[in-house]
Amino acid sequence: MSTYEISIRPFGVHAILMEWPQRVEEAILDDILQFTWFLEEVGLKGANWEIVPAYNSVTLIHRERPIVFEEFAKKLRDWYGRPATTRSGKRWLWRLPVCYDPEFAIDLPEVADRSGKTEDEIVRLHTSYTYTLYCIGFLPGFMYLGGLPKELEIPRKPQPRSKVAKGAVGLAGKQTGIYPQESPGGWNIIGRCPVPMFDPKKEEPCFISVGDKVQFYAIERAEYDLHKIEAEVGIYKPEKSEWDA
Amino acid sequence: MLKVLKAGLFTTIQDQGRFGLLNKGVPVAGYMDTYSASKVNALLENQPDAAVMEITMTGPSLQFDQDTYICLGGADIPASLNNGQVDRYKVTKIKKGDILTFGKLQRGFRGYLAVKNGFQTPVVLGSRSFFIPVTPKDHLKKGDTVAYTKVSHFDPKVSELKVDSFLGENVLYVTQGPEYELLDDKQLEVLFSKAFTVSNENNRMAYQLEEKLPGHAISMLTSATLPGTVQLTPSGKLIVLMKDGQTTGGYPRILQLSDEAISLMAQKKYGDKVRFKLRKP
Repeated sequence: MSTYEISIRPFGVHAILMEWPQRVEEAILDDILQFTWFLEEVGLKGANWEIVPAYNSVTLIHRERPIVFEEFAKKLRDWYGRPATTRSGKRWLWRLPVCYDPEFAIDLPEVADRSGKTEDEIVRLHTSYTYTLYCIGFLPGFMYLGGLPKELEIPRKPQPRSKVAKGAVGLAGKQTGIYPQESPGGWNIIGRCPVPMFDPKKEEPCFISVGDKVQFYAIERAEYDLHKIEAEVGIYKPEKSEWDA
Repeated sequence: MLKVLKAGLFTTIQDQGRFGLLNKGVPVAGYMDTYSASKVNALLENQPDAAVMEITMTGPSLQFDQDTYICLGGADIPASLNNGQVDRYKVTKIKKGDILTFGKLQRGFRGYLAVKNGFQTPVVLGSRSFFIPVTPKDHLKKGDTVAYTKVSHFDPKVSELKVDSFLGENVLYVTQGPEYELLDDKQLEVLFSKAFTVSNENNRMAYQLEEKLPGHAISMLTSATLPGTVQLTPSGKLIVLMKDGQTTGGYPRILQLSDEAISLMAQKKYGDKVRFKLRKP
């Protein structure tokens, strides 16, 4: 490891923040993931820690006791400075279905208009790239997916909607993602995904992790309805394959 | 079972919170005022993970259908048991059929009702704390029932506690947040010299404060936030994240409240004033 200049700062008495350079970059994310895998499986294994990676940072939170900052920061630096071990964690590529039916794709005409494309071209663009999950936050299971083509970079709506539907697929700036539950929101909605991104009834309520990849594929309305029923009764399993960085 | 005859303003079940899912965007939740909730649990000699009822400003009316022992604490909301007064931080015996009601809030904002062995609502993802979409509801409604265990005899080691009331205090002890260094002199001066008023935008997710700091154009990548993180929006508004607060955010995290300060903030309501005081971590 030790590829980047990192900064380590206290974040209250229970948490510590490690920051990589302020850039959205695949290589930085990969370095962060390597290090968090090391922490989870070796350095902090079995201890009462929450490890939260996001874009260029990792926040480590102890569930009970305060952290002795100097001592712990030194330990982290030593660990980060060690030679890289072999890759331990797995990254997955998920293929998620999206129905771009006009009933769901409420902002698709405007998005097409703004980027000078047809609606079909927008759908084709959205489904032909592979996105990287840089962060989960805002709501349980809410993904910040990066790697959008320029043509799909549309600013957030100036006036957020008070209600965006569960499963709504949106575009905002350099990001795309899915609303895991009904919520207020300002992203431009171009479709709907029938796969629940957060299901508290499951032992693992959110199947996806930071660092995973996502590819969308277009489905017809009938297929959407079918997957939706399958998801409700808990038999729908999203397609995944191992992804090698 | 405990029957909710009247719901009160916002009555929830909370324990220490939900751990292990921050990286999936699930907030910790749990009781807002850990200090008070821990005390009422301790008096009943409950396990630290016992769930209590969090009562916001206006209390509920509750009917017990089996014997138990209770303890009240947190905000000063006068309570009566079948019309007799119930003292705070005192173990009180409950008989089948008893009705507990609350009067007008005197001080603080969130009261706690603990029952011997804790409330037995379902554990979801490691916690009983109400939080949508993890639990089906986020507060109790009239007619709801809440399970608890029958206890006919309990001899508390300490039956009453004189709790130092912090409800009237208004100084929030804080440490520097990760983006503290980006504040300029003008912002720092306002931050530590002014009193800030709790706005009507305050709930279990966050407290917004009315007075503003000079705005900024600091841009940063989204990163983790914690209960007690104070964010500064570009327009200069301060947002204090609380227990149900989102797990990541893109606004500079300028301060971090101490655990005690989070408990104190939880007892503040619309119009109350707070001041920040910086402490070495």
